Amino acid sequence: MSLRRIAIPVLAILIFLGLWEALVWWNQWPNYRMASPSDLGPAYIRYAELFVVMGWQTLWRTVAGLLLAVVFGTALGMVMGFSRTMRDALYPLLVGFNAVPKATVVPIVALMFVGAHDFNTVLIAFMISFFPIAVSVSIGLSTLEPEYRDILRSLGASKLTIFRKIALPKTLPEFFGALKVSVTLAFIGTNLMEIVSPHGRGLGALFDSGRTNSDYPLMFAVLLALAGLGIVLYYIVVALERIFAGWADRSPT
Amino acid sequence: MTNTVEIRHVTHAYRTPNGPLPVLDNLSLAIPEGAFCAVVGPSGCGKSTLTRLIAGLMKPDQGEVFLHGEAVRGPRSTVGMAFQNPVLLEWRSILDNVILPLEIVAPRMPRRDRVARARELLALVGLEGFEDKRPSELSGGMRQRASLCRAIVHKPEVLILDEPFGALDAFTREDLWQTMHALRRQEPFTTLLITHDLRESLFLADEVVVLSGRPATAQYRMAVPGGTARTLDDLYTPDAAERLNLLRHQIQIAQGRAEVPA
Repeated sequence: MSLRRIAIPVLAILIFLGLWEALVWWNQWPNYRMASPSDLGPAYIRYAELFVVMGWQTLWRTVAGLLLAVVFGTALGMVMGFSRTMRDALYPLLVGFNAVPKATVVPIVALMFVGAHDFNTVLIAFMISFFPIAVSVSIGLSTLEPEYRDILRSLGASKLTIFRKIALPKTLPEFFGALKVSVTLAFIGTNLMEIVSPHGRGLGALFDSGRTNSDYPLMFAVLLALAGLGIVLYYIVVALERIFAGWADRSPT
Repeated sequence: MTNTVEIRHVTHAYRTPNGPLPVLDNLSLAIPEGAFCAVVGPSGCGKSTLTRLIAGLMKPDQGEVFLHGEAVRGPRSTVGMAFQNPVLLEWRSILDNVILPLEIVAPRMPRRDRVARARELLALVGLEGFEDKRPSELSGGMRQRASLCRAIVHKPEVLILDEPFGALDAFTREDLWQTMHALRRQEPFTTLLITHDLRESLFLADEVVVLSGRPATAQYRMAVPGGTARTLDDLYTPDAAERLNLLRHQIQIAQGRAEVPA
């Protein structure tokens, strides 16, 4: 069963790479038009050290931004979920903030905190990824059926107890749903900063150097490495979800 | 005999954008210790408001609610509640769902004692062997049984049932009525049942109170003899038919569809 669960996605990825290879081969495209998967191997071998170093830089800054987004998004979601006034007050601000393309925020942040590249990157990753978390937590809390609250409230339980025992666990499935979206968004944020305002750090900078040196296979290799990191992080979230909110999964086992 | 629940001249109105909406009008009601009182009435007549007042979840505009002679000022741990929706916590096993009130009311009680108490109740309602299941693995009737166990696990003085059998099919409902009798024989609690089912009220209650339409007041009271010795067959006797007719007529009056007899 678990072999099947690994084999099917791996097979799908191999088929995808095969089709890609075939597409390039069939059209006889040179690698500056589109690199094929077989071009990527040499790129990985040649720049292996850079991939490890910069991949790690991208990864840790993405995860840091994501953690910030989880803490801040959950807190904001709680405030909006429990107070109607705060919800009415903050929603338009939040939507407006989220509507601003982060690519335009990158140069502003880069100017505000000149040189603090790590901080800036984490900040952008955080800014782009907290929105889904805040919204889902607030919706999860504000749509809690009153009976759930009444069971404990009628016993004289404090608000904190009700939150801990009922509201928090009940919101977890929504939270993890949002976190899966946020993971990919955080990667976009990190790479935006690394590409738009390069400081020679992260996979985004490696991509950029591929561009300036016309090393097309390198550019594609970076894209694939980013996809790989995204997949790994996504499945870490899935594993956490299974541990903490596995009860919400109703698929027959 | 002391009254466990006493509602004295309670009047209440909800504030709505279109002005106040009166729901209860000078309602008085007393339930003696250990008794089972069923409240029936037309839809939207304020029955659920009544449960929230007794549970201390809200305060009436006028009048007072007493539990054991003490005025209700807020929620208290001597109340147990069950609703039409069983509201079990999906992330807990059935056993841990039943234990939940004990975590609030008796935080120092050892886990072993809590489990023993919950198991005892679950066995009483026929859920032995389902302790470790998730709520989603149980049928609607079984979920409602677990919900009943949770409502009484902390030995409340007052059990408030807000249409707990309303969403069940007829056969399951009758099974649960009998479970209710079984629980009452074992556990000392005073019950207020809100229901739309007149047969249910006749089978379970010692006294049936018919509320008038909104704003509600106690329009009619009927004492029902027999207690927990009643069987389902007793619902099909001429005496029961006569009582049902009387109650139905009172409901029609409450709905404004029948004349008040002179």
